[in-house]
Amino acid sequence: MSNEATVHVEQGAVHEVLEHHDEHHHHETFITKYVFSQDHKMIAKQFLITGTIWAIIGGLMSVLFRIQLGYPDATFPFLEDIFGHWAKGGKIQPEFYYALVTMHGTILVFFVLTAGLSGTFANLLIPLQVGARDMASPMLNMLSYWFFFLASIVMFSSLFVETGPAAGGWTVYPPLSALGDASQGSKIGMDLWLVSMALFVVSSLLGGLNYISTILNMRTKGMTMTRLPLTIWAIFFTAILGVLSFPVLFSGFILLLFDRHLGTSFYLSEIVINGKILPNEGGSAILYQHLFWFLGHPEVYIIILPTMGLVSEVMSVNARKPIFGYMAMVGSLFAIAVLAFLVWAHHMFVTGLNPFLGSIFVLLTLLIAVPSAIKVFNWLTTLWRGNIRFTPAMLFAIGFVSMFISGGLTGIFLGNSTLDLHLHDTYFVIAHFHIVMGISAFLGMFAGVYHWFPKMYGRYLNSTLGYIHFWVTLVCAYVIFWPMHYEGFAGMPRRYYDYSSWESFKNFVELNKVISFAAMLSFGAQLMFVFNFFYSIFHGRKVTTKNPWHSATLEWTTPINPGHGNWPGEIPEVHRWAYDYGKDGKDYIDQTTPVGKDESGH
Amino acid sequence: MTASGYLIIAILALLFVVIFQIAKASEYVSVLKGEKKTFEQNNRINAFLMVVFLVVGLAAAWWCNDLLYKKTLLGLPSASEHGEKIDTMLWITLIITGIVFFITQILLFWFAYRYQASEKRTAYYYPHNNFLEVIWTAVPALALTVLVGFGLYYWFKITGEAPKGAMEVEITGHQFGWEYRYPGKDSVLGRVNYKLIDAAKSNPLGQDWTDVANQDDLHPSEMHLVVKRPVRLVIRAQDVIHDVGLPHFRLKMDAVPGIPTTMWFTPQFTTAEMREKTGNPNFVYEISCDQMCGKGHYSMKGTIIVETQAEYDKWIAGQKPQYVTANPNGAAAAGSASTQPATENTNKADANQKQEGKPVAQALKK
Repeated sequence: MSNEATVHVEQGAVHEVLEHHDEHHHHETFITKYVFSQDHKMIAKQFLITGTIWAIIGGLMSVLFRIQLGYPDATFPFLEDIFGHWAKGGKIQPEFYYALVTMHGTILVFFVLTAGLSGTFANLLIPLQVGARDMASPMLNMLSYWFFFLASIVMFSSLFVETGPAAGGWTVYPPLSALGDASQGSKIGMDLWLVSMALFVVSSLLGGLNYISTILNMRTKGMTMTRLPLTIWAIFFTAILGVLSFPVLFSGFILLLFDRHLGTSFYLSEIVINGKILPNEGGSAILYQHLFWFLGHPEVYIIILPTMGLVSEVMSVNARKPIFGYMAMVGSLFAIAVLAFLVWAHHMFVTGLNPFLGSIFVLLTLLIAVPSAIKVFNWLTTLWRGNIRFTPAMLFAIGFVSMFISGGLTGIFLGNSTLDLHLHDTYFVIAHFHIVMGISAFLGMFAGVYHWFPKMYGRYLNSTLGYIHFWVTLVCAYVIFWPMHYEGFAGMPRRYYDYSSWESFKNFVELNKVISFAAMLSFGAQLMFVFNFFYSIFHGRKVTTKNPWHSATLEWTTPINPGHGNWPGEIPEVHRWAYDYGKDGKDYIDQTTPVGKDESGH
Repeated sequence: MTASGYLIIAILALLFVVIFQIAKASEYVSVLKGEKKTFEQNNRINAFLMVVFLVVGLAAAWWCNDLLYKKTLLGLPSASEHGEKIDTMLWITLIITGIVFFITQILLFWFAYRYQASEKRTAYYYPHNNFLEVIWTAVPALALTVLVGFGLYYWFKITGEAPKGAMEVEITGHQFGWEYRYPGKDSVLGRVNYKLIDAAKSNPLGQDWTDVANQDDLHPSEMHLVVKRPVRLVIRAQDVIHDVGLPHFRLKMDAVPGIPTTMWFTPQFTTAEMREKTGNPNFVYEISCDQMCGKGHYSMKGTIIVETQAEYDKWIAGQKPQYVTANPNGAAAAGSASTQPATENTNKADANQKQEGKPVAQALKK
């Protein structure tokens, strides 16, 4: 379908909608507007709020296990009051600890930084920035959220079963995750985990296919691919990554379910557990790791690419300069997306992988540093000679770049198999991925929330709280994760409940206290943000102009509180790229402004 | 909950409310003062904080290094020859990434400060420059080529075949501990079959007693190695995936049920020498499990004693073959065992045995 035809059909549809709206105004009930909504903007808010609730739960879990790590000898009777035998005697029990770290990882990686992030910004920004009335299929879009909601319900319920939720680490490697005898968490909690994740994959695929088709087919007149804002490019590649890799994860999970319940031996071989000799022979536990990381690695790009897009956009708007090297930015996103599929085995250097095969993965892994470096230098050059406004969103965008540099560089250590021999599964790894995809992604997401909150709710978030939120988060993030590199250099293994009996690792007691304290402080700052968020939805300062940030992109040409369909009249036509800031002495030129006769090219 | 607990919660809640009220008030003040003025003020403060963060951050990083460096293994010589290569690689990487880190972070926060909004300037319209893009594609690519080159050179040395004459030790992980097996006088590890594992019959490793090579295999409670003598570990797991983590030797290898793996290295210093070097009289080479394996993961500790050949000879002479423990009737039992017809089980054990001798890569083809 051509753009014009799309626009035409869309307009037709909207006329109908509008007429319908006029005639049966009372028919838009609470249910259709706020619950089973097919408006992409409402679905975005649903994803964001569900993701926020998950982030609070997942963050609280990290506070709990940091209590154990920071104060391994202390007892906290109130923990027993809340958690019963899981915190017997006021002390977090090992099973509880492992359940906490597992669920913390699962929740934050999938439910917050995949669904909460992509779900929010893909839904909000794609139609608004490409100039469409809604997604290609609003119905599938709604289903995408409700499958996510279902996945959330199942995962949440797994927290309350008697044997506890999954506890084998967020990667749930078999045989540990396959055998109920091997761990409490591998009993019913593991089944719920797998069912929940299967629903999650369905949600992700419905969303992803929708994002791709909307971007490809529903751009407004004049919106060529090379005029798209980088947010859309980033979301586009993210969606492709998800669509191609989630099914592989799904297959891995199905085989795991078979092994658990149908007596198959895909991952099981020659096992004796609790003195019981199992009949399974010939399976490979390593097969699961291949299937898992074939998604698992693209997954980290599914998390970080959208935030790269958000940051590029926020940075350009607030530096009042075009993003430097637009085509290079798109190219590097593409390169990262392609390489994302070719590096998964760098998580498996020490599994007994053929060393030659390992060497190929070293080469491909370190190649990713090149497009990443291009992006960093382009962001730096975007700041150079800008005229920078430090809105809370801009602060988070700058923080993102700082974190992405710090975490990206340590990836060069871990991607090198020689160093991985020493650093694999130590605190160095924890520091690396939390900085590069945890903190960075959160900072990028916050940049997005602060920047587009006015578009979502017609109100501003409180800026002073935003500044406090940013500085406390940035400082705490470095205090928490920077020293962990040193623990990694000491060979300190991750996922240990207690280090006090280890001669090699017990000299970090003081440090662990500091880290735990910073983690709690940081959690407090996030709670303040959440409070700011919900308070501002209802009582925030009202937005009074259509385009509060003086941004050139299309979403700011809609009314302050756009209805379903986004533009009351025709969808505007686009005449230029999204980054004409500071051109020809003008502060910015809107994408809808026709190119003038004397205008200089770019 | 205790009274002090409630007090702490009350104080935190109060603090929360106070901060929120101040933030809310600042919003009203900004309306009174005029948005432009407030914006300029906030912008100056945040720009200044960017530089403060950079300077304090760099100082804090130096202080952190000062405090923690001596607690890492970086200051100690590596306890294995492989580890020396890994340390060299680590330093090369640290230097290259360190330079990039400082340059980019300083530029980032400096630009943020230097180019804060000002009425006197306008932003410079600078959409692209292909020459610059080529530079910062080529320079990282070059640096990475160096890193990949060194990395793979060392990687193949470390993962290559163990030298001839390396001693062989089997290490087996289970929830939650390690078992060791020495091949004994014949230098051959006997066949094992997981179906024969039976702690009640003193056969925790599933040794197949019909294999004569098993009869002199030793099963000590800790691992003893000879200084400067290469050792090849054959790594197995009985239940879930474990990982033989040797921080002082800078090595790691997973223990996977059904798929034996191997790893070799040469210890450089005896335990006694390391006690001197670290200044820690309690120093011991620890084996840590580095792959999440269940609720006791954190307690899955093994011990390696590195000693001189003479000390080792004395120790090993004192070890009793597991066969003798499991078959107190000695030769009689052995005789009857060896006359048993070959069963399906022993065939499988045969397959296992063949596999054991192969490098990991071939073992994986199974």
